[in-house]
Amino acid sequence: MEINDLRIIVTVLGFACFLGICAWAYSRHAKAGFDEAALLPLTDDDLPVPNGRLEKEGKTNG
Amino acid sequence: MQSQATYNYKVVRQFTIMTVVWGIVGMLVGVIAAAQLVWPELNVHEFLHFGRLRPLHTNAVIFAFGGCALFATSYYVVQRTCHTKLFAPALAGFTFWGWQLVIVLAAITLPLGYTQAKEYAELEWPIDILIAIVWVSYAIVFFGTIAKRKVTHIYVANWFFGAFILTVALLHIVNSAAIPVSFMGMKSYSAYAGVQDAMVQWWYGHNAVGFFLTAGFLGMMYYFVPKQAERPVYSYRLSVVHFWALIFTYMWAGPHHLHYTALPDWTQSVGMVFSLILLAPSWGGMINGIMTLSGAWHKLRTDPILKFLVTSLSFYGMSTFEGPMMSVKTVNALSHYTDWTVGHVHSGALGWVAMISIGSVYFLLPRLYGKSEMYSTKLINTHFWIATIGIVLYIASLWVAGVMQGLMWRATNSDGTLTYSFVESVKASYPFWTIRLVGGVLFLTGMLIMFYNMVRTIAGEKAYNAPVIAPAVAHA
Repeated sequence: MEINDLRIIVTVLGFACFLGICAWAYSRHAKAGFDEAALLPLTDDDLPVPNGRLEKEGKTNG
Repeated sequence: MQSQATYNYKVVRQFTIMTVVWGIVGMLVGVIAAAQLVWPELNVHEFLHFGRLRPLHTNAVIFAFGGCALFATSYYVVQRTCHTKLFAPALAGFTFWGWQLVIVLAAITLPLGYTQAKEYAELEWPIDILIAIVWVSYAIVFFGTIAKRKVTHIYVANWFFGAFILTVALLHIVNSAAIPVSFMGMKSYSAYAGVQDAMVQWWYGHNAVGFFLTAGFLGMMYYFVPKQAERPVYSYRLSVVHFWALIFTYMWAGPHHLHYTALPDWTQSVGMVFSLILLAPSWGGMINGIMTLSGAWHKLRTDPILKFLVTSLSFYGMSTFEGPMMSVKTVNALSHYTDWTVGHVHSGALGWVAMISIGSVYFLLPRLYGKSEMYSTKLINTHFWIATIGIVLYIASLWVAGVMQGLMWRATNSDGTLTYSFVESVKASYPFWTIRLVGGVLFLTGMLIMFYNMVRTIAGEKAYNAPVIAPAVAHA
């Protein structure tokens, strides 16, 4: 087998692999996982608790 | 119930602050170089000559400013979206100090004239080895953190950051392969020769654009745009296809830097075709980012951080349309070696890379000091407008200058002789170089405003490390 045959095979396999990824990404099967993943940054509250609120909460609890 | 463990914000803080500092330094060097084109008398000493300041400028803005922004945001995003502290925090600390050492060494050796003469890979071999060590450490910290994540899914931003880290390691190590001949003399010879050397260099060079200056910053986009707009990304499916399409395509586009050279013609054509295909994933990503705002457009009116992020995507769309057009061989015959290329690079570098970094830094800074917002939102707005006007002046003037230069260089008289000498095109470029300098000064002014806002935000504040919180969604 010539080296060019190998190159052709790799290119075609790469393209087929990409088409497979597209089909998988748009399949119904992947949707639930994606919906959950898309919310990952948003369900994570990264704002620090303001000092005032922290004190107030502490007092009402105690 | 809740563990008292906190996220490792220290290294994020260090990199975030240095992003602003190196941004100012790198852009100041750029402004000086731009002024030297307008007033050649400013080339006062060989150490400060244009030919030595230009690589210093590109290295400082790409690797010091852009690099610090990428380290800061990737370390922040990977911790928050994986709900776990950084893996190997001491190694993360080493990446900070190691990277700063690389930058300082670059700032010393480039003006002294030590260079491998490869664009964006000028640094000599001892520094290259240090970069490789820091980069492998970065990969260990980043992928180690992913490995100990508390959620099943790896968020898409981390895929982009991961691809950027892996690919830059590969590019840097392959392109920097060289035979060292002197340590103190900082001298080496490339492991490749002739046209192979040129092709390896531009395989590196274009993928430095594709992975360092694009994939990493797309990682920022997929985290900070949804976060600031308070909406999930427009289409997560599209983000998956976007990722793989970009990864599969970018690697092949490098030859468009070598049109009409000794590179075989078929290789040039492959580079051109893949550059044209690149338009699809680039615009897919841009649309995905911009459409994340659908239903929240009104936020653009009041939120200058969102303005930075969305405008960066508009410039990303513009420059990724312009790039494939310039890779078409007939267009390239006009544009190559002119200031059009320089304008194109800055539309990407100032408009896309710098603006998304600036937006992300404004998002991060208050959170790293236990606050909810910057000292002055008004000053962020001022920064936004000064920066935008600066970019428009910069790229519009160099479009005109570039097309003019290309037309003057190719103009011939009826007897076949050249209509213009080269120096006539230089003379005709002066007014546009002056406008470019004004644009650069405006952009730098915006960075100085940002520095003031940053200092006022963090002055007197204690460093803050947020507690590690458990993922909100239950995982089976």
